[in-house]
Order: sequence, then structure tokens, then C-alpha cells
Amino acid sequence: SVKKLLKAPAVEPEVTATSRHYVDRLFDPDPQKVLQGVIDMKNAVIGNNKQKANLIVLGAVPRLLYLLQQSSSSMELRTECAVVLGSLAMGTENNIKSLVDCHIIPALLQGLLSSDLIFIEACLRCLRTVFISPVTPVQLLYTDPTVIPHLMSLLSNSLRTQEYITQIFSHCCKTPEHQTILFNHGAIQNIAPLLISPSYKVRMQALKCFSVLAYENTQVSMTLVNVLVDGELLTQVFVKMMQRDQPIEMQLTAAKCLTYMCRASAIRTDDSCIVLKTLPCLVRMCSKEHLLEERVEGAETLAYLMEPDVELQRIASTTDHLVAMLADYFKYPSSVSAITDIKRLDHDLKHAHELRQAAFKLYASLGSNDEDIRKKITETENMMDRIVSGLSESSIKVRLAAVRCLHSLSRSVQQLRTSFHDHAVWKPLMKLLQNAPDEVLVMASSTLCNLLLEFSPSKEPILESGVIELLCSLTQSDSPALRVNGIWALMNMAFQADQKVKVEIVRCLGTEQLFRLLSDPDTNVLMKTLGLLRNLLSTRPHIDQIMSSHGKQIMQAVTLILEAEHSIEVKEQTLCILANIADGNTAKDLIMTNDDMLQKIKYYMGHSNVKLQLAATFCVSNLIWNEEDGSQERQDKLREMGFVDILHKLTQSSDPNLSDRAKTALQQYLA
Amino acid sequence: MSGQSSGGGFLMSVVVHGDSALNEQEKELNQRLRRLYPAVNENETPLPRSWSPKDKFSYIGLSQNNLRVHYKGHGKTPKDAASVRATHPIPAACGVYYFEVKIISKGRDGYMGIGLSAQGVNMNRLPDITFAKAGWDKHSYGYHGDDGHSFCSSGTGQPYGPTFTTGDVIGCCVNLINNTCFYTKNGHSLGIAFTDLPPNLYPTVGLQTPGEVVDANFGQHPFVFDIEDYMREWRTKIQAQIDRFPIGEREGEWQSMIQKMVASYLVHHSYCATAEAFAKSTDQAVHEELASIKNRQKIQKLVLSGRMGEAIETTQQLYPNLLERNPDLLFMLKVRQFIEMVNGTDSEVRCLGGRSPKSQDSYPGSPRPFSSPSHKASSSQPYLTGFDSNCCNGVTSNKSHSSSPHSHKPCPPGSGSTLPASDISLNGSRSQQPITSNDVDMEVDHFTNGVTESSSNGFLNGTSKHTTEPDDCDADMEVESAQSKRQLCGGSQAAIERMIHFGRELQSMSEHLRRECGKNSANKKMLKDAFSLLAYSDPWNSPVGYQLDAIQREPVCSTLNSAILETHNLPKQPPLAQAVGQAAQCLAMMARTGSGSCAFASVDDYLH
Repeated sequence: SVKKLLKAPAVEPEVTATSRHYVDRLFDPDPQKVLQGVIDMKNAVIGNNKQKANLIVLGAVPRLLYLLQQSSSSMELRTECAVVLGSLAMGTENNIKSLVDCHIIPALLQGLLSSDLIFIEACLRCLRTVFISPVTPVQLLYTDPTVIPHLMSLLSNSLRTQEYITQIFSHCCKTPEHQTILFNHGAIQNIAPLLISPSYKVRMQALKCFSVLAYENTQVSMTLVNVLVDGELLTQVFVKMMQRDQPIEMQLTAAKCLTYMCRASAIRTDDSCIVLKTLPCLVRMCSKEHLLEERVEGAETLAYLMEPDVELQRIASTTDHLVAMLADYFKYPSSVSAITDIKRLDHDLKHAHELRQAAFKLYASLGSNDEDIRKKITETENMMDRIVSGLSESSIKVRLAAVRCLHSLSRSVQQLRTSFHDHAVWKPLMKLLQNAPDEVLVMASSTLCNLLLEFSPSKEPILESGVIELLCSLTQSDSPALRVNGIWALMNMAFQADQKVKVEIVRCLGTEQLFRLLSDPDTNVLMKTLGLLRNLLSTRPHIDQIMSSHGKQIMQAVTLILEAEHSIEVKEQTLCILANIADGNTAKDLIMTNDDMLQKIKYYMGHSNVKLQLAATFCVSNLIWNEEDGSQERQDKLREMGFVDILHKLTQSSDPNLSDRAKTALQQYLA
Repeated sequence: MSGQSSGGGFLMSVVVHGDSALNEQEKELNQRLRRLYPAVNENETPLPRSWSPKDKFSYIGLSQNNLRVHYKGHGKTPKDAASVRATHPIPAACGVYYFEVKIISKGRDGYMGIGLSAQGVNMNRLPDITFAKAGWDKHSYGYHGDDGHSFCSSGTGQPYGPTFTTGDVIGCCVNLINNTCFYTKNGHSLGIAFTDLPPNLYPTVGLQTPGEVVDANFGQHPFVFDIEDYMREWRTKIQAQIDRFPIGEREGEWQSMIQKMVASYLVHHSYCATAEAFAKSTDQAVHEELASIKNRQKIQKLVLSGRMGEAIETTQQLYPNLLERNPDLLFMLKVRQFIEMVNGTDSEVRCLGGRSPKSQDSYPGSPRPFSSPSHKASSSQPYLTGFDSNCCNGVTSNKSHSSSPHSHKPCPPGSGSTLPASDISLNGSRSQQPITSNDVDMEVDHFTNGVTESSSNGFLNGTSKHTTEPDDCDADMEVESAQSKRQLCGGSQAAIERMIHFGRELQSMSEHLRRECGKNSANKKMLKDAFSLLAYSDPWNSPVGYQLDAIQREPVCSTLNSAILETHNLPKQPPLAQAVGQAAQCLAMMARTGSGSCAFASVDDYLH
């Protein structure tokens, strides 16, 4: 485009002249001279980015592509054209963009249909270079459905075709759809034998293919465990590739393959190839002696591997001082690199964020289940300070990982009581909750839920910081996860809270929103909302106060839920709310005057589920409690309605809790 | 039960030290130790194989072949702690050393320590528990089960790893390259516990409360932790270090040095055509005239095919003063000639014989590379030995063609195996071919006796004639029935007489030498050994029969070659061989001085 032309680096006139000459020669009527021109161009561009840019600007690419596609061109010429194009692709990202814009990909893919192996290899090499660039749209590989099967068929041709094709696959397999396409075209059977190729490059690229194919893909992973390579199970081939004398890249990629297969449930987490090989290999990758990139990848993969398995977390936590080793991830750029070596500083800076987020992720995974490990993590040097500063880093990746880590640690009662409070983690957390992306909000609000548990000393300061409004707004989110967290946090907050707080919650949330949440399609949201109601309706003065102002709507909501199709847990929670209402002084009347509700309670006392029977009985018991005003009338009314008979029946229940509860209720009549 | 098994343990230790058949476990242990620690010379530095019944505190009881340790004290205070060390310290040549301990029972409190200690450490404690008696337990290192702490020559531990208890397998790995130590629990590495470890540490365990029982695995069983994988990593590291070692700053210097080494090696061993071609293509000067190289080559071929008489004669012709100035060398050559006469290969007896083909005649070998003066030492040097056989196989094949014109008679079947046989002989397990025996043997016996009588020194390795006679007769009978093929001096009576005569000359030469140059024990032994051949009816199958092996020509050949080169002011040994020898010596010295990286730097790995 014109813009690009203008943006092209300024070139010296004499360079332009020679470049011009190279391009001119491509148009010579004598094919022999054209060939020589292409060869000369090849030699001129090798390692010369300036020359490459010049030739592209001067329009060499379309001409080269033309010559490459012409069937009248000699095989030699076509091959040399592919080589030059491959060389041009080796330059800058702008070069790649220009090549792709000139439709180099379909032209080269067309070239693969040739029968000349040398030409095919040259095309593949160029395609490889184009496809591994981040600027090339991966989708271009899948546009023509005949391409993938043809590439599969070329795999057997030579070591080079194997290397280039597997490299293309491993870079172009980005989505489950891509995985499925490759899988359906026999990628596993075709690539598996390459794992024992004599060429290291081929082995390595084949291995990378398997790691991208298996990632979060059960179908691929389940197939892989049964594959034999030269009579040996694929898992064993991967284990061998993790041997400590293998190149780090190979160890790491093999460990990724096994990790993905394990997470896709194709390998058990207690399999020795995971416990004794993959996990130790990944822990080793985190050690200081490896490259920063390797350490990042190792830590992330390890975090992913052990996330769901507490036993793996325990083993990793004692392997090679992993917890202490991760502390080093926070020391980049080191003070030494800043002064002595600009190049090193640059390198360190580039990886510093990645290192930190990887370490946070791994800490989060390590501490997700085991209290002792969490303790060990929080006792690591400056750990809480690091999390606190991580929460407010500019990199969103780091913030997210830091809050994940904090969330994981917030599952510890002890840490909530101590380190969390000491380091006032709620402050940056609250700050993080202001206009953060959903991903971060989910984690942060989830952490907040834990910080609002009644035994958490952070609860008070958080309340004072005006969190209620924020949480109420979360309940209006489109994301179910955020709605759950918002209401969950409010529920925790309302537990045994002051009247003032409860009133504030109701006021801020608004009854309309409350009832909207009670009809939320997400059961989790419904459950937590009921939980909130239940917490709001505790202690008699609170019950009466809230019921006097919102009684009508609450009774309506309760009726609706009891009449609708809901799980036992939802109904039980609702009956518990009813029981709480029945415990109020004035609130009782809302039930007593509602015959329909009383019939419902009666119905649930005779329900087949003991939990519901128990909750309903509780409700009756509260209604007829002796020491309260008007208990006689209520007792009489309920006797008339046949409750006493039911209570008598329930005393015979095989469930001791239920029969006890029924007996206690009946005693009210005897007094 | 413990009494019974400790009895078994005692028996076992007898078996270990004796030569009797090793049981399966011992076999497995030996195999595993050899595989894990190939660089360790156990004659110099034996590997730990069990706990030492001598090196333990009295509260420690041993059983199950000294592999099981139990506590038998009161265990009331930390002062009741007790330790036991393994039989030997860890040799540096292991490079990486590893052992495991399984906790059979944690006993009352599980105060168990696993680790290392130097000799002289008080055995009355867990490894590393010192309780403020500083100095006492210097160089003691342990990992304790009750608190998971590591203790390094002091009573206060550092938090290190998880606790361990009944059923756990704890491993201890010493890296002798960087002098660190890490532990493993149930196959998982727990990370570095100690750094800057001193040399010569013993595997050690300590126990402190009643009921504590642990079993050691020094290689008797497969390890839970994959130590071989860890060793692979270090082997790779060391080899990368060697590969990346900076060589010469200036361009081409390294290459020209290597070319010089190769050229000098070719010249030394008289591969004239190759040397010439190599020198030409690498543009080097050869520091010896081609004719001279060819002369040496001729002499070497004669020696190596057992034609000593001709070899001596040729040497005297081509290098007139050489042997005169080197009477010891001449004596050595003559002794060899005598041996070759017995063998039936020397030209002087061969022309007299005319019977039976000379199996040794067509020795296919070229000079064996690097066997020169250091040859004897090489048999105890695994590096050199390996190098020898490697190179020999490579070089010989093209050499055997050029030497074939010298073999006047076709090789009898079986004799072509000389080379493989010589390889085996280096390892000390040579197999001898059956030989023919006839009435000549009686003559030999007679002659032997004659020699013995004439020389009061007694050349028969201390076997008196009175006792040998009846034995020999018995032996003759056996050999005859065995239908042996080889005959003394090729089976010719005249040849035998010539040999006897030559023996007498040799004897007087020896006496003459002693008078002229004083006593020479090497010469004396040489002659004695050579004459001893005649003490046996079947010299080839006798204890001194090794002398008849073609491989014994090689040191003679290289000594003669070196002497010739010396007169030309050329080095006695080719620089290449010297470099290889030095490298091997270096590694041996590293092993002795505690540099563990020698374990992963075998010279063999670099000779292809």
C-alpha cells in the first residue's frame, strides 16, 4: 500500500539502484537470465534486512510469485523463487505482512502439489517461516480443506518436509476446532513415528505438535495413551524425552504433553509417570539455572498440572525447595543487572512480569487445598508484600495472578486472621475491584467473600470502606460468577451483623433486585440470595423490623419458590427462612394469617425428604412456642388444621432429629 | 530373631570377603555399583556396602547382613543417641553417590537421623546432634525424621524438608563434583541440604529411641529415586564443560597442533605411506627420513611376527652401534628370541624344523599403539587399555595386508584369532589353544633339569626338581590324552638342540652382563621366567605360558622402536600417546584428590 511505501526505511540511492536492477532482471525475456537474476537476488538478500525491505518495496514479490506459479517456468527457477521468498520472510514482521498481502500462502500451498521434492521443500520452508510469525492469520491454513490432508501425505517424503510441516501444525493449532481438524486427518498416527526420528529438529517439532493437540482435548489425550511408537507406549516415549540429559526444551515440552494428557483425564494423577517424572521435571524447570522463559513455562505448566490434586500439591511443596525457589521469580530485574548490563536489564525487564505472574499462579495452585502449604507460602520472604504490590501492578496478567494467589491463600482461616489483616490486603483488593475487567473482578470478589467471613478481622474496615454498594452492583452483572460472588459476599457480610448493616444492605440492594435474584436462572445465585435472606432474618428484633417493611414481598417470594420446581436444597433453605420468620414476634402473624402458607408447611412436614420435614417442623415449633404472646391461639388454630396429628406421627420417625423436634413441639401443647 | 539374622550377617560378610560363589543379592549389588560408579577403582577406594559392625556405638544393633540398624539403648535423653557408619567412605570417583534408608519402624519417638559423617565423629549421637559440644562432631551432617530439619555439624537444625516416619524411604545423595548433598523422600528430591562438604564422608544413620529400626540400601535393590537420571544430567554437564573448554586463542593453532600429533603418531609407528600422505595433505614436514621409517617398520614387523633372530640381525645392520650401547636391550631381545624359539617361531629354529605350520608366524598386528614403555602400567589402567584395543582394531585391519607377504605359510585355522585373543588377554583371562604333545616332552624335562643343575640360582620359580619330576609325568599323560597340537620349537629335534644351545649362551650372557653392569633384577627375572617355560611339559598351558603369547612381543617391539628413535633424537613415545596417558593419569589423580568430575570424563569417551 502507499502508506507502507512511505513508511519504508529511507534507502540510499545507490542501494535502491542495485535493488532496482535485481527486480528488473526478473522481467528479462531470456529465462536463463531470469534464473541467474533470481539466484543473484538470493545471494544478495541473505542476512540483509535492508535489501529485503527494498526488494519488497520495489515489487519483487508479485513477480517472484508469478514466476513460481508459471508452469512454463523451469523447476529450477520455481525452486529458486521459493527460496528467495523464504529468505524475504526471514526478515521483519513487516516483510511477512507484505508477503501475506501478496497472497503468498495460497501460491505456496498450490506449489505443494508439485511432484518435485526439492521444490516442495522450498515451498514448505517458506510457508513454515510465514506461519510461525505472529502476524500471519492461522486460519489461512484451514481455508482450503484439501490442504491438511495433503500436508499429512507429504510427511513421509523427507526429514525436511517432516520438520517444516510439524512446525506449521504446532504453530497453527490454536483452537479446539483446529485440534479436531488435525486429529480427524490422522495427525496422531502420522506424527507419532516422527518422535523417534533420527533428526532432533523433527523429534522436537513432532513433540510440540502433540503438546498443542492434547491441550484441553480429551479426545486427543485419550487416543494418545494407547499409541505405540516402535512397540513402546507414547507415554514412555515422553518419559524418555524428559530424561535429564535431554535438551531442556525437549524435557519441558514432553512434560507439557503428559500434563495435558493428565488434565484431560487420560492419565491418572497418581500414575508414576506424573508423580515421579513429570512433576519433578517441571519443578526442575523452575530452578534458577534455566532461562527465564523456561522458568515461566515450567511454573505455569506445573500450576496447571497440580491444580485439581492435593496430593500433587503436597509433593511439589516439598520438592527441591519449590516454595522458596519461587521467591526468586520476584527478583527481576535484579539490582545487579540494572547497573552493569543494559542488555541484561532489557531482557530481565521483558520477562519480569511474566515471571511474577507465573510465580503467583504456581503459589495459587500450590496453596489451593492444603493449610500447611498455605502457611509455608505466607511465611516465604516478603510474600504478603509481594502480593499486595502485585495487586496494583500495571500488567493485568500480574494483577490477575496475584489476586488468584490471594484467593487461594484466603481459604485459610488462620491466614485471614493473621497475615491478611497485618498486611491490610483488603485495601489493594478494594482498589482492584473498582473498574477491573471481569476476569479480575471474579477472582477479587471471590477473595472478598472470604475476607468478609465473620471471623475475619478485615471485615470491619472493609464495611467501613463502602463495599456494600460495590457488591450490590456486582449482583446486577451479566456474569453469573460475578452475581454469585456479589450476593455471596453480602450473605457473609449479613451473618450475625448489626441491625445497621442489615438495613443498609436491604436499602442498597433494594427489594426489587432482591426478588430478581430470587428468580435468577443460576441456582447458585438463588441459594446465596436465600442465604442472605436467612442471615438478614435472624434475631427477633431484626426479623420483625425487616418483615414489617418488606413482609409482603418476602412472603410472596417464599410462596413462589415453594410452588416452583426447585432442588431440595433450595426448598430447605426457603423453609428455613420461613422458620426464621416464624421466630419473630410480629412477623409470625404473616404466616398465621396465611392459610395457604400453613397448608404448604403441613405438606412439607409430610414430605418424603427428612431435611424438608425437619425445616417445616422447625417452623411449626416456632409458631406454637409457649412463652410468647398469643401462643395459645396459634396452638389452637394449628391443632384444628391437623398439625398435632402430623407431629404425633413424626415422633415415630426413624430419624432421631426429626422425632426429637416433633416431641419438643408437642410439649408446647402439654405445658 | 535379631540374633539369628545377625549370625547370618556375619556369615555373609565372610562370603563377601571370600572368593566363594556370591549369592544373588551380592551379584545384583556388584552389578549395580559397577554400573553406577564405573570410574571407581575398588582396589584403592572400596565402596560402602553395609554398615560397619566396628564403627558403631554400643546402643546400635546390626542385623540382616549388616544392613538393618536397630536401637537398643534406653533412649531417655539426647545423650542416648547412637550412630553407625558404613564400612567405607564415599570415593570421590563416584562423581555422584547415593544410598537409601527405609524406615522399618519409627519406634517410640522417631528421632532418626540420616546422613554423613567423617571418621572420628562421635558415634554417640545422631548425625549432627552435638548439643553444644562444638568441635566434637565436626563434619557430621544429617536429616532428622521428627522435625524434618537438617543438621550441619551443630546441635541446632535448619528447617529443611518434611518429617519422615515408618514406611518412608529416605535417600541421601552426595554430589562430589560441587560438594553438595540433597535428600529424597519416597523418590522425590527435597533439594540441596548441605554445601561445601569435606571429602571422605561415610554414610551414617543415627537413632535415639527404642524400637527405631531402619534398613539401608547401598545398591542391593533398585532405588526408589531415579539416581541414574540425575547422574545423566551431571555426565552431560561435565562433558559439555569439556567440549566447551577454550582451546588456543589464535586461529588454526589448535588444528595444526592436532595435525602434528597425528603425523608424529603415524611416523612413530612407521606407517610410512599414511604418514607421507597425511603430511602432504596437511602441509607438514616429516622429521624423519622415509627410509628410516621404513627400516623401523621392517624391524617391527619382524619382532611382531616372532622372528627375533632376524630382527636383531637387521637392527645390527641398520643401526650398528645401537645394541652395543644398549646391552640390556640386546639381552631383552635375546630373551625374547629364546621364547620365540620355544614357541617355534624364531627363524633359527624354523629353518631347522620344517614341520607343522607356525601358527604365530602370521601375526596380523601392527605395532600396538601406545603400548610402549607404559604398557605394563596400562594393564592396571582401564583408560589406556580401552584405548589400546580400540585403536588397535581400527588400525590393524589395513595393516594386516601389508604384513601378509611375510607369512610364508598359510595360517592354520584358529590362529587368526590372535587379535581377539590378545584383547582378552589384557583383561587377564586368556584362553590357550590345545597343543600337540609327544615324546619330545621328555627331552624337555630332561633339559630343564639340566639347566637347573647348571645354574645354582634356580630358574624354576622355586619348584625343585625332585618334586617336579613326578608331577610332570602325570601332566604329560594328561596332555597326551588331550591331543594337543602345539609342539616345542615346532617339534624338531634339531631345533630343540639349537634352543638349548641358545639358552646356554643366554645364560652366559646374563652372567657376563652382571659382571659388567652389576645386578639387574629385571633382567634376572626375565631370564628366569623365560627358562621356566621349559619346566612344564606344556609350556603354553603353564603358569608362565603367557610369555608365549604374541601380545608379549608388543612391549619388546615398542622398546626397540623407542630406542631406535632415541638415537635419532626423536621422542621415545608419540606425543598423542603421551597426551592420552597423561589424561588418564590426570583422571586417576583427580579421583585420589577428591575431584568428583573425573567420574564423568572417561578418556575412552573421547576416542572413537
